[in-house]
Amino acid sequence: MQLKTGHVVGVNGNMVNVRFDTDVIKNEVGYIRVGDVRLKSEVIRITDGIAAMQVYEMTGGIKVGDAVEFSGELLSVELGPGLLTQVFDGLQNPLPELSKRCGFFLQRGVYVEPIPNNEWEFTPTRKVGDQIEAGDSFGTVPEGIFTHKIMAPFSLVGSWTIKSIKEKGKYHAKDTICVIENEKGETKDLSMIITQPVKVAIKGYSERVRPDEPMVTKIRLIDTFLPVAKGGTYCTPGPFGAGKTVLQHLTSRNADVDVVIIAACGERAGEVVEILKEFPELIDPKTGKSLMERTIIICNTSSMPVAAREASVYTAVTMAEYYRNMGLDVLLLADSTSRWAQAMREMSGRLEEIPGDEAFPAYLESRISEFYERAGKVRLKDGSFGSVTIGGTVSPAGGNFEEPVTQATLKVVGAFHGLSRERSDARKYPAIDPLDSWSKYEGIIPRMDVEEAYYYVRKGNEVNQMMKVVGEEGTSLEDYIVYQKEELVDAVYLQQNSFDPVDSAVTVDRQRYTFNVLLEILRSDFDLEDKKDARLYFNQMRQLFIDWNGTERENENFAKREKALREHIESRRKR
Amino acid sequence: MAIGKIHTKIESIVGNVITVKADGVRNGDLAEITSGGKKSLANVIKLDNDKVSLQVFAGGQGVSTGDSVKFLGVPMRVSASENMLGRIFNGAGEPRDNGPEMTEDLIEIGGPSVNPSRRIVPKNMIRTGIPMIDMFNTLVESQKLPIFSVSGEPYNELLARIAMQAEVDVIILGGMGLKYDDYLYFRETLEKSGALSHTIMFVHTASDPTVECTLVPDMSLAVAEKFALEGKKVLVLLTDMTNFCDALKETAITMEQVPSNRGYPGDLYSALASRYEKAVDFEGAGSVTILGVTTMPGDDVTHPVPDNTGYITEGQYYLKNGHIEPFGSLSRLKQNVNKDTRDDHRALMDGMIKLYSAYKDSLEKKSMGFSMSDWDEKLLKYGEAFESRLMDLKVNIPLEEALDEGWKILSECFEPNETALRTDLIEKYWPKK
Repeated sequence: MQLKTGHVVGVNGNMVNVRFDTDVIKNEVGYIRVGDVRLKSEVIRITDGIAAMQVYEMTGGIKVGDAVEFSGELLSVELGPGLLTQVFDGLQNPLPELSKRCGFFLQRGVYVEPIPNNEWEFTPTRKVGDQIEAGDSFGTVPEGIFTHKIMAPFSLVGSWTIKSIKEKGKYHAKDTICVIENEKGETKDLSMIITQPVKVAIKGYSERVRPDEPMVTKIRLIDTFLPVAKGGTYCTPGPFGAGKTVLQHLTSRNADVDVVIIAACGERAGEVVEILKEFPELIDPKTGKSLMERTIIICNTSSMPVAAREASVYTAVTMAEYYRNMGLDVLLLADSTSRWAQAMREMSGRLEEIPGDEAFPAYLESRISEFYERAGKVRLKDGSFGSVTIGGTVSPAGGNFEEPVTQATLKVVGAFHGLSRERSDARKYPAIDPLDSWSKYEGIIPRMDVEEAYYYVRKGNEVNQMMKVVGEEGTSLEDYIVYQKEELVDAVYLQQNSFDPVDSAVTVDRQRYTFNVLLEILRSDFDLEDKKDARLYFNQMRQLFIDWNGTERENENFAKREKALREHIESRRKR
Repeated sequence: MAIGKIHTKIESIVGNVITVKADGVRNGDLAEITSGGKKSLANVIKLDNDKVSLQVFAGGQGVSTGDSVKFLGVPMRVSASENMLGRIFNGAGEPRDNGPEMTEDLIEIGGPSVNPSRRIVPKNMIRTGIPMIDMFNTLVESQKLPIFSVSGEPYNELLARIAMQAEVDVIILGGMGLKYDDYLYFRETLEKSGALSHTIMFVHTASDPTVECTLVPDMSLAVAEKFALEGKKVLVLLTDMTNFCDALKETAITMEQVPSNRGYPGDLYSALASRYEKAVDFEGAGSVTILGVTTMPGDDVTHPVPDNTGYITEGQYYLKNGHIEPFGSLSRLKQNVNKDTRDDHRALMDGMIKLYSAYKDSLEKKSMGFSMSDWDEKLLKYGEAFESRLMDLKVNIPLEEALDEGWKILSECFEPNETALRTDLIEKYWPKK
């Protein structure tokens, strides 16, 4: 194929205008030659014979007349065995490998193969003469804790026949292991690695189904009150310092899924470092192996080039869809989607597009919904199910949720976990506001019961607000007890101590068990003399409950502490 | 090739940005403009066919369409040699102290980002002698931390004090939009204390051209990075980052960029992040720690500058009413270091803040005219002692003494069991009568 070329005619920030000599494709990747380095860029607009390209690197040193090569391919990632445990930048360059070549700094124009050409034990699952289509699996390799299915490229059109396929044995990731042919007699060599454009959603399944199974996070407030379903979407907006990232780290550790993909998009590099140092040492209770074995990190922190930040969330979701098509449950955590939106805003500004609200581009909402719509639970062709769950944090300017990114996100997600400054200032963690937040998914506890508990939270909160005006004296004992009940729910159930080895991760069984005790308390009437009596009684109850929460279930004290709590409840309960 | 060639046709002059026709010019390169006998540097910020837009460091005022422009063929650079120590420069990197110009060991400013996989978890404390920092929100090597402050607060005094007392090898002070008096204050204070010999100052004063303001952080951090790679512990002080942002705003508006929030450019977050993220601890070499000042217009933390800063930095110090507020101030990295200082550090820190918070409640109750219980009275006594003996910025004691002072205050105000501190710690540290 003839090389497609062009040359630079203008530079403005990270956007470069290129006059092209042959046809170009919108969103195809091109390389700008600056001295002896090639800078990766993407065509984002074509006007009057000029292609506007966003450069994924710093643009210093580019001059008018510099040569540009077009690749003819859309921005893509490589998918295959060897992705898990890796740390990539937004364009799928493995960062540890880059540092081996370039040292401390990220040199521009250095691109490294994302998937190492390792040897894998291949087992064919199809035979010569079989028909396959896009996304069909024709063999497997064992990758860490999973059986990794080797699939035909998702870009295949029509039906193909297997002409030859390798026998069971060890092959390198890039070896040709299967040759296919279509009706027209065209042939294709397939290896274990396929390329997939990041902005095209992976199909290759039978149908999408409704997300109906809760994704357990072991965080009580989420699982019980604000559940997330496998294949669902949720967002976590909050001001800085409210604990968005800590909450995501906890979720990435404890979530009951097979693969976790963390997209650190435009946030602090230090936070990624914590995951990098921590995860290899933490053991996943489900598999008994290190947590890193089920994790992929896409890390395009705030000081890395902004265009690659825009690409990073797509890189992450494409990998998530790939593992989903193996029948696995994948959780994608994007921190933060606001930075991704800001990257779009920067580009839109350079293109001199007419700005929308707060200078965000008019297509902000459609981009956000396109992204979240890539989540979902699917039934695969072999009848098994796979899912991609997306959880995105939002960093609203000034902590005010009435801004474009939060609002556009709220329209498309299935659950909203709004973090509040008041709760984080009061050190009430997780700082999710139980009253503002909502979820449309079914959780681990019947909705009726959850609603009943919610009633007390809401009512107690109202009493508390009123008490601030009329004082404790002006509040009736009855209301005061409702308020105490609300405080109890907050202290022993909504809040969770992430530093406590027992309380930090609570299993479904235990949540159900504890919740029923709590519900019993809420439903009961108590024989209390006055407010002081009520306060003391509930304070003691709270202490007993927290002690119980902090006790391992296998521990002999568990039953003892439960008994102490129950006795305390019974001591004043009205019959 | 345009390098070295002199162009004399300036097509447009808008604000501080001029446009000339030239070929072969590279994005980001420097040029020299001779205007009325005076020379000023400018850098290329936009290319459009043969039209080259340049940002003139000395400003557009007085530039004639007939002035000559000479392209130098190199990007903006700054010297990073040992001889820089003790020197003072302006925002364009020119000497401000009548010393010689520095042309050795030139390095490019605004270099690439550190590979995240090469970062390490920070683990060394930086001692400042200020109890509100050392004891309650410890500053950690390689941390990036702003001081959020209202105009009028003694933030420059605080910075100068930290600069004098911090145990670091090199201090780099980046002044942006500094009042001339403040510049003199910094110079005199550092000179007097002897800290000037290991300090490099890049100072842009309020009367200097705006463009030079935007260069100060990049120059300071480029030099800091170089020293850190050579194994030095470097502390970078940047004051005031709000002026830096305002200068960016001015340039963006002149360039007719679409503003996003209160007139600030849409890339404000990225612009701040690329500077603050230069804070780093190099494995096997030195480190860069950044302490910045961000004045909050109208004491409004939701203003775009403090807001974007808060999302980038690892905590913040709130300077209010002349002291560092215990609430709102946060060092996100303190957990990394305060476990290894002294066994009572963490518990005492939490315990004293909880009691101080209770004191605030009592104070509120008192101001509303409610009667004070015994417990309230104890808290009131405690709060006052806490404020005058630990919170006051004049207090200058090492961490260990601050911890002892904390125990002393507790013992003067409370019974041991009222402090909610662990019994083993009380037995070990409670002052014996």
